[in-house]
Amino acid sequence: MNPYNYLYVAGLLFTIGAVGVIVRRNAIVVFMCIELMLNAANLTLVTFSRINGTLDGQVTAFFTMVVAACEVVVGLAIIIAIYRSRRTASVDDASLLSR
Amino acid sequence: MLTIQTPEAVMFWVLAPLSVIAAISMLLVKKAVHSALLLAWIMITLAIFYIAQGAVFLGIVQIVVYTGAVMMLFLFILMLVGVDASDSLTETIKGLRPIAITAALGFGGLLVSLIARASLGRPAVGLDEANSDGNVEGIAALLFSDYVFPFEVISVLLITAALGAMVLAHHQRTVHRPSQREQAIARFRTGSLGRAAGLPNPGVYARHNAVDVPALLPDGTPAPNSISATLKARGDMLESSQFELGEVDKTVREEK
Repeated sequence: MNPYNYLYVAGLLFTIGAVGVIVRRNAIVVFMCIELMLNAANLTLVTFSRINGTLDGQVTAFFTMVVAACEVVVGLAIIIAIYRSRRTASVDDASLLSR
Repeated sequence: MLTIQTPEAVMFWVLAPLSVIAAISMLLVKKAVHSALLLAWIMITLAIFYIAQGAVFLGIVQIVVYTGAVMMLFLFILMLVGVDASDSLTETIKGLRPIAITAALGFGGLLVSLIARASLGRPAVGLDEANSDGNVEGIAALLFSDYVFPFEVISVLLITAALGAMVLAHHQRTVHRPSQREQAIARFRTGSLGRAAGLPNPGVYARHNAVDVPALLPDGTPAPNSISATLKARGDMLESSQFELGEVDKTVREEK
């Protein structure tokens, strides 16, 4: 086995996350799929850090985790704000601007 | 030169298919809570991958931050929004699903074939040398020398995110809150004096003191909003009229 196998897993997870963002309609599930994509990117960074023998990839993955945490906080606050005004967490129902 | 031991290979071939299967079923399950649990499993798998690849610090951070904080936040919001807020899984935009799956197959195939054909042109090094002082020490040395400016910027980002969440979660009243006096006046102006005294508990005057029977107001009309909303949603509300007596002397006798 070579370390490139981790990259295949990361690619598959990223693709599945992208499909989830497009297909699912519950805003929270869409959000979880975005988290899955971020995690897949992190796995790529860690794997390349190992392949290259430097820790820079791990530091970048650490920054990605912080950005993901910020994104979760703000995103969930937006979902709560939408839920409060519309009583729904479906991304299809929050379409006031398109009407 | 990096050689991968057999235990890690076994771990990989067991956990990698499991994580991909969990990711696919995350898209297929109906309830959002199940998706959250499957995502937590995927994150634990990734943490094991990190630790196996020499990123011990990141593996622990992954477990603490992702499965600990982020997934609990997700579950918390799910409980707040309502656990039964499940997707109907029907497609609202026609033809979206086949297009999405085709695009995903194309994109995934492209990624996999790219990784399969690409080559760095040098053998994989491994982290034994970089981790010789310990993984945490190595990351700390990088974080506080080369990456100290991004580190400061990311702290600004964290503070901004906390402020943003506070602003978004702040609920501003658009109409002014009615005072007690205005509420009392409004109660008397509903037309019926039955509600003037405030709302009774379920079962009051209804000749049946169970919580699923609406109370009767002093003027004899039932008050359905004396029943808990949960019972009403379940359809467990009884009619109070069926407990009425056949002949009641309804003529009011004035007592001196």
